[in-house]
Parts: sequence; C-alpha cells; structure tokens
Amino acid sequence: MPKPAVGIKRVARAKTRGGAIEPVPLTLTVNGKAYSITVEPRLLLVELLREQLDLTGTHVGCDTTYCGACTVLMNGKTVKSCTVFAVQAEGAEIMTVEGLAKNGELTAIQQAFGESYGLQCGYCTPGLMMCTYQLLSSNPQPNDSQIRKAIAGNTCRCTGYQNIFKAIELAALKARGA
Amino acid sequence: MFPPAFNYHRAKSLKEAASMLAQAGQEAKLLAGGQSLIPLMKLRFASPKHLVDLNFIPRLSYIKKYKDELHFGALTRHSEIENSATAAAVPILHDCAAGIADVQIRNRGTLGGSLAEADPSGDWAVVLSTLETSLSCVGQKGERRIPLHDFITDAYTTVLAPDEVVREISVKIPPQGSGGAYLAFKRAAPVYPTASVAVQVTLEGDVCQEVAIRMGCVGLTPIRASQAEGVLRGASLGEKAIEIAAEAARSEADPQPDMRGSAEYKRMLVGVLMKRATYAAVRRARGERVDVSHLYA
Repeated sequence: MPKPAVGIKRVARAKTRGGAIEPVPLTLTVNGKAYSITVEPRLLLVELLREQLDLTGTHVGCDTTYCGACTVLMNGKTVKSCTVFAVQAEGAEIMTVEGLAKNGELTAIQQAFGESYGLQCGYCTPGLMMCTYQLLSSNPQPNDSQIRKAIAGNTCRCTGYQNIFKAIELAALKARGA
Repeated sequence: MFPPAFNYHRAKSLKEAASMLAQAGQEAKLLAGGQSLIPLMKLRFASPKHLVDLNFIPRLSYIKKYKDELHFGALTRHSEIENSATAAAVPILHDCAAGIADVQIRNRGTLGGSLAEADPSGDWAVVLSTLETSLSCVGQKGERRIPLHDFITDAYTTVLAPDEVVREISVKIPPQGSGGAYLAFKRAAPVYPTASVAVQVTLEGDVCQEVAIRMGCVGLTPIRASQAEGVLRGASLGEKAIEIAAEAARSEADPQPDMRGSAEYKRMLVGVLMKRATYAAVRRARGERVDVSHLYA
C-alpha cells in the first residue's frame, strides 16, 4: 500500500456485508499539485478535497447533485464533486476555486464577482466561479441565454442571480481585456 | 452523505467488465456517468456490493457517421452529443442532449447509462424510440444487437443479461422530408422532467406520410401515442388535426401523481408539449431551422 502523502488526515474505513473493503490507490493532480494516496472506494471527490486535502473552498450544499456548490473542474470540465467518486479521478487534473488565483493575484472572474456584488453569503460562489471558468474557456463572449444556461445548475439563495449575471458579463469583458 | 461501502473494480475492456459482472453476481452494478447511480446510493435506494467502473475503458466514447446511421459509444457524455457537429445532423438529438439537467451533469452523464438505467423520467429513451435505434451489447457469450423497442421492458428494467454491457448505440438518420423535435418540461434545470414528448414526422407536401410520437414521464416506459399517430398519419398537418391528436395523446398517457405534479396536471402538460413538439417537427421537416429546448422555470 503506498504511503499516504503529507496532509492526508484519514482514510475512512468501512465494511460491506461479508468482508472488508479493499482501499484503492489513487494518483491525481489538484491545482497543479500531484498526489498519490489511498482511498476508500465510496469516498466522494468533494470529501477527498475538503477532508483529506484541506481544500475547503469547495462547498457541500445539497449533497444531492442539485445545487452546484461543489462544482470543480475535472480535466477542464465542470462536475459536481459530490457525485463523483474520488477513485474516478485517477489520473485526472482537478481544479478547485483555490486554483483560480495565481501568486495571490485574483483572476478576472474573482475580481468581477467582487466588483459586481455577485455574492452575499458566498456559499455558492466557488461553484459559480468554476462554471464561469468553463463557460469563458470555451466561449469568451457569451450572450445572455448562454450565461443563464451555463449557471442553470447552480443555486444561489441570496442574490436573486442578477448580480451574478452581471459578474459573469464583467468577467468576460475583463478576460477579453476590454 | 456517504454511499454504502462497495468494492471497486476498474475495467480495462468491455470483455473484462462482462467477466467482472459475472464474477460479482447479482450484487454488482455498472458505473458509467454515475449521475443517477451515486445519488441513488446516497439515499440507499441502491446498495451494490460491487461497482464495475467503465470510465477507464478506451474507445468507448465517440460519435461517428456510418452510411445512414449515427454510432455512439455507450460512454459518450450528453455534453459531447450537445456539442457534436456530427450529431447535429439529427436536430432532435441536440434538443435532448443540450437540455438534460445542467452543464455539470451533462459533462458526466452518458447515453449508454441513461438507456440502461431505463428511468421512466429519462430523456434519451423517449427521443431515440421515435427513431430507428438499436443497442449493441457485449456479454461473456459475445455480442448482440437489440432494437431499442425491445430493450426496455419496464421501469428500471431492460433485457440486459446480468453480465451484459451496452457497447454502442446506433441511430438511423431520418430521410429527407423528415423532421423531429423533443420538448420536456421540468421544474428546474438539474431535475428530471415532469413530462416530455418526442415527435418525428415525415412529410410529403403538407401531408404526413409517417409519424412517431413517444411520451416520457407519463408511464413506466416511454409511451407510444398510437392513436395520436393514427390521427396524424395521412392527414394534412394543420391546427385542427394536431389538436385532435393532442387530445388522443392525453388519453393515452398513464401518469402517476408524485412530487412533480398530479396525474391530471401531467396529462394536460403532455398534450401541450405534444402540440408544440409537433409544430416544431413539422417546421423542421420543411427545412426550417428551429431551436427547441427543455422548458423550465
């Protein structure tokens, strides 16, 4: 069994009916950093990120594949990390909200959310910013309906979405250098 | 929420997946996109002892045109179909792929998984059963091709043997003069629809030569609106014929009341969706470009 990397707090253990569960070795990259660890198969990606890698920027909202607070990028595509087993991220590149800023410098998306008041309590914000990241990566100049569609899987209970919408428009402008 | 514990098996080929299934027996499940299975496991509606992961099998995700058919690898994600120029040749496929749940779920969920799960509220089975669709399935004994109309036998039930895995989905491209549209109504983006209707019409002038209508979420499997088809077949597709057909479709639906709405409400809804989908299908059959998408609040 490979030795757990530094910072790995625990490997949850469980039994199924009729026998112990075989832990699974897992190698993945999170925000550019490589990890080689051992996990229980039922461990969800979001729990790996939060509980074992101490990346608590990714939030657990509904835990039912609805709210999108746990959205991260897996090989460049947004996924709800409460609905992906960590073992499925074998060999994958994961990017969380912690991976947005470079050298302490906020990116256009983060600046835009701040400047447009695109958040109140901030719980949904990491997921929304990751969705914005995927949207702008494939479509630097999204129109109204494309923005709405891009964040349809993210629930915000504070803002009423209008300022989030403005934040994404502003992020697109900033990213284009306009 | 932690799903119940299970043993994890990563298949490297379909053959290996089939033998892993055979070895693990009835308590094994396949893991494709996991967007239905993982939530079901968290709620303890499913507690498989073994999961066989298909995601690491190479060459199981593709969209190819071969003669007059489109071929989809079973692991093709909804978003890949949504963004595929090849699949765009059949607009009803885009209607469905672009509207299932939300971006994140479409990035993970797979076509093969959706069909094999056979959820009564699933989108793909409704759409693909208006077209000539078949599934190539691999088991330990070899491969067989199953027409979609024989594939799903009941809610969450297919003819797949315990050791069988869907490899490929083949869809016949409809002929010139044919058009289809899919409309689903849902309460919010990430949820299953409350009702859905897929319509495929083939016109000659204004007269409907051939028509296929399937309704989703209003029965245990996609329901064929045979009477509504009978009204439209051979008729000139005007407002009156479509209204009579919608009335027939409403009576053919067999909805169950649940948290998405009463049976009566779903029956009303399915009639409205059928009319709108038929209008869109007719316009497409005439060569018009029409954008159709899931409706939600």
